[in-house]
Amino acid sequence: MKQERPKKFGMVIDLDKCTGCGACLVACMSENNVPFKPDESDKLTSITWMRVYQLNNGKPYPETDICYLPRPCQHCEGDHGHSPCVSVCPATATDYGMETGIVSQIYTRCFGCRYCMAACPYHARYFNWWDPVWPDGMEKYLNPSVSVRMRGVVEKCSFCYHRYQTAKDKAIYQFAEGERDSTDLEEDEYQTACTQACPAGAIIFGDLNNPSHRVHQIAQPDEKHAGRPKNPKAFRLLERLGTNPKVYYLSSRDWVRRAGDNYLEGEGKLKRH
Amino acid sequence: MSTVDEHEKDMPSEDSGGKGPPPPDPEQKNKATAYVIFFFFVGLIASLIVGWIIFPQLLYSQKEQPIDFNHALHNELVGDCASCHYFREDGTFSGVPDLWSCIDCHMDVQGEDPEEEKFVTEYVWEDREVPWLIYSKQPDCVFFSHAAHVLSGGMDCVTCHGHIGESEHSKVYQENRITGYSRDIWGRNISGFKRNSWDRMKMDDCADCHEEARDSATKDEPRAPVGRVIDNIIRVAFPGTYADNRGGSVQTQRGACFKCHK
Ligand code: HEC
Ligand code: HEC
Ligand code: HEC
Ligand code: HEC
Ligand code: HEC
Repeated sequence: MKQERPKKFGMVIDLDKCTGCGACLVACMSENNVPFKPDESDKLTSITWMRVYQLNNGKPYPETDICYLPRPCQHCEGDHGHSPCVSVCPATATDYGMETGIVSQIYTRCFGCRYCMAACPYHARYFNWWDPVWPDGMEKYLNPSVSVRMRGVVEKCSFCYHRYQTAKDKAIYQFAEGERDSTDLEEDEYQTACTQACPAGAIIFGDLNNPSHRVHQIAQPDEKHAGRPKNPKAFRLLERLGTNPKVYYLSSRDWVRRAGDNYLEGEGKLKRH
Repeated sequence: MSTVDEHEKDMPSEDSGGKGPPPPDPEQKNKATAYVIFFFFVGLIASLIVGWIIFPQLLYSQKEQPIDFNHALHNELVGDCASCHYFREDGTFSGVPDLWSCIDCHMDVQGEDPEEEKFVTEYVWEDREVPWLIYSKQPDCVFFSHAAHVLSGGMDCVTCHGHIGESEHSKVYQENRITGYSRDIWGRNISGFKRNSWDRMKMDDCADCHEEARDSATKDEPRAPVGRVIDNIIRVAFPGTYADNRGGSVQTQRGACFKCHK
């Protein structure tokens, strides 16, 4: 097989642009056959691969500020692919792919011990407490590129990996027909459902290893420091845990950037001054 | 209170008149051993027959294709496989053809063949797709790409499907009663030996070929189990130094799971 340069797919989410509309959530659920129940307000049992959180700065009225934070799976790289969930899985059901940087979840392999859910600091993993039940006729609208899950297994965001698979098939076909020079994918050929659904253009997706991709240019990951963003506006969730996630957030607001980690009262300020 | 003597009297007296079991009769003992050995082998052979012949037959139900299709005949007529099994413009593979590929020739019955008549009257005229049974159907969780293998890898259909393309009759479809999968996935030979590359298409069969392809491409030695253990020790002992991403999977150092799963 050809040796291509490894890719590292990642995301940049501009929190200053996010309005919290939830279009990404809906797009994600329908794209990935995510099961739902009559009462989705019970967040203990609902499944949301992409979930929008509301943050606020905790200040009284005139200074009140809120921010919406969409949270997909962070596809942590950890130390050479030893992300928290991959390290604890006793069944090899979740894996870090070195060629794409995507953390996979093989539903048929998972037996539902939920170690990964305990290990994931981002609550990005969900357990199927019941078999999915689709409203009559809706099973005809399921996405055939994504396998449906059963009761007793864990699932999570896959960065719409099936779109990568189908995009590659198309590239191979076009290459064979002489319509393109290589089977390498262009930036816009592989995009996640949430990215395309976002009306504000707050979500940007691409290959962090590719300097021509926007995610690379915006986040400016510092390879010497486990991908830490060089862009001062960018941050990652719980950076200090060393999970080395591939989802970068952007905000011009200081309190939002600080909310990305569990800082102690006054921490950082003391050091800086 | 009874005495010991009384008890002895109660005991049925045997003709030897002695106490305890009779001295072993060598002839009888041999006979018993022979019986044990005989029944052991009878049992063994019976369970082998059950396990190797009867159970596999019970495990698979036999189904006929709705229409017996003659590949050899049609190949002569149309020339190549691609007129029925073609790639769509988005790179997906058409798979088993739909009526659209047939109606150019089969709007009316043209021969005597009862299968053709059945096909035309029951399906073409009714505008109903034939519910073909797919011998090679993989489980729902599997992503397979014909484009990667046929267009990019230049592989022949026979490598994975055998000689279906040259057959004169559709073979019987065998469905596993427990899993619902086709027998072509798990293979016919239950001892696990493969004589042809298309005998079986389990995960290991895909993976074996992928390992071979990769190793011949990178001219590396295939990673022996010992090598993998050493890799693991290095990785644990010196975290951070281990950058060998063979095969792309951190867990198995083979193909990443998401290559073939969805
Ligand atoms: C190029 C024209 C052509 C096309 C396309 C074609 N057929 Fe035929 N088919 C024939 C001819 C000619 C015969 C022979 C008729 C005869 O003499 O009985 C035949 C025979 C048959 C028969 C009876 C013989 C047998 O057992 O196979 C069946 C069934 C059949 N075709 C099904 C199909 C189906 C299904 C398709 C679409 C996938 C198809 N054909 C596409 C020309 C065609
Ligand atoms: C006229 C149309 C036609 C042509 C030409 C044709 N096929 Fe088919 N093929 C079919 C139909 C119809 C089926 C479904 C019936 C069956 O499985 O027997 C099928 C089924 C198959 C299958 C079985 C797929 C599965 O797993 O169930 C294989 C393999 C196959 N064809 C290979 C070939 C090859 C190789 C060629 C070229 C040498 C070829 N076919 C040419 C119509 C065609
Ligand atoms: C590397 C092995 C491989 C090669 C080479 C290959 N196939 Fe397949 N084929 C498969 C597998 C695996 C499936 C099952 C795919 C699935 O179920 O997702 C399949 C499915 C099919 C099907 C049924 C698809 C459907 O669901 O309708 C047809 C028809 C078929 N192949 C024809 C061909 C033809 C014609 C060629 C040669 C041009 C070919 N295949 C080459 C492995 C292969
Ligand atoms: C006979 C050898 C062989 C078998 C059997 C085989 N493959 Fe492959 N596969 C290859 C080769 C060679 C390639 C690389 C083709 C290329 O890009 O040049 C490949 C590529 C792929 C790709 C594309 C991955 C990528 O890196 O782009 C997928 C997906 C895949 N195989 C899945 C499967 C599955 C699933 C099976 C089993 C049902 C299977 N393969 C069986 C040889 C095989
Ligand atoms: C080369 C392609 C390939 C790769 C890589 C691969 N698989 Fe598979 N896998 C398959 C195919 C094909 C099947 C279906 C055939 C079978 O059951 O063996 C399958 C079946 C399975 C099944 C059983 C599903 C069922 O419904 O029977 C599990 C569990 C599984 N794979 C887990 C994994 C895990 C975990 C990994 C990563 C370590 C992985 N696979 C990597 C091709 C692959």
